[in-house]
Amino acid sequence: MIVAEIKPIEEIAEAIKGAKKVLVAGCGGCVTVCLSGGQKETDIMASALRMKMKVDGQPLEIETATYERQCDPEYVIRFKEHLQDVDAVVSMACGVGVQFMAENYPEIIFVPGQNTKFAGAAIEHGIWEERCMLCGECVLAKTGGVCPVIRCSKSLMNGPCGGSQNGVCEISKDTPCAWQLIYDRLKGQGRLDMMTEVLPAKNWSKNRDGGPRKIVREDVRL
Amino acid sequence: MSDVKVVGFVCRLCALISSDLGPPADVTIKIETVELPCAGKVDGRLLLEAFEKGADAVFVAGCPEHECMNVKGSSRARKRLEHIKEMLDQVGVGGDRLVMYNVSGTHGPRFAQIARDMAGLLEKLGPSPLRPGRPRKETSQAI
Ligand code: SF4
Ligand code: SF4
Repeated sequence: MIVAEIKPIEEIAEAIKGAKKVLVAGCGGCVTVCLSGGQKETDIMASALRMKMKVDGQPLEIETATYERQCDPEYVIRFKEHLQDVDAVVSMACGVGVQFMAENYPEIIFVPGQNTKFAGAAIEHGIWEERCMLCGECVLAKTGGVCPVIRCSKSLMNGPCGGSQNGVCEISKDTPCAWQLIYDRLKGQGRLDMMTEVLPAKNWSKNRDGGPRKIVREDVRL
Repeated sequence: MSDVKVVGFVCRLCALISSDLGPPADVTIKIETVELPCAGKVDGRLLLEAFEKGADAVFVAGCPEHECMNVKGSSRARKRLEHIKEMLDQVGVGGDRLVMYNVSGTHGPRFAQIARDMAGLLEKLGPSPLRPGRPRKETSQAI
């Protein structure tokens, strides 16, 4: 899922300065799961902003609304009824949600409530880690299900490098060496011979280097 | 100072028992207690709402951490308080106004001590900046 983190209240307050009425819009998708932008955090943000603006002498009317996603037209349309006479919306969705809402309601000022971080997994409750860089051409079949593109600090396709020590990456003792993980996994599966296969240079045009990407599925288009 | 209000979220397994006698006579602040099944039930929304609804200070009282009846309820509450204290600092209300206490159920006088402690805290901090009539910072209009 997309993992995000709440922005400092001061930054959001600064961006909505002068507004009289604001909607704090929550998202029931990824940011609910990573506990940063679901209904609960949306209520907390609304409460914190109300207090901040009151202390600053700019009392503000704040409403909240949370729907399943802010990145799908079906749900974005539901926010419409909450947008009557609001001066700005603080969107608690990821950057995708903020942009998609903004595209759909061009007359409204949208302010992101989150810093969108990465595509990751919940390692345990309260800990999220990056797992995929959305490179556009997945190599996991060749690397024992461990991604060298994002989990190797240098994105080496044929590692490890000389910085791998005792299974740990040289950037930090808390970062396992991705290539050590790949080696251990393949060894456990009796497929160590795969380590001798040289992976070709990656085609980065499938990544962001190829510009904004788009997927079209003609079979499901209406 | 007698019109200041304190809201206490108290675990019914420990702090509530010791709060039976209520605040001592020398404490004139109002203390409103909210019973929780465990201090770990407290969440950020409840704490912020208490401040929004007029509390000048808020406390949470749970079991001593190593004696928590729900094992981790008290330590979870403490961590949640730390997070909300940071938020209160950011919004200008002040994290100092939110306090965690660990109370054993067999320690009656402790609640009196908490009441005096909260009264002392409010003596020092004064009423909440959210109260009407408190001085406000000047800010410009941007939107
Ligand atoms: S190879 Fe690419 S698509 Fe596959 S997990 Fe790594 S970054 Fe993601
Ligand atoms: S030590 Fe491992 S993870 Fe770190 S850069 Fe080298 S190969 Fe990558």
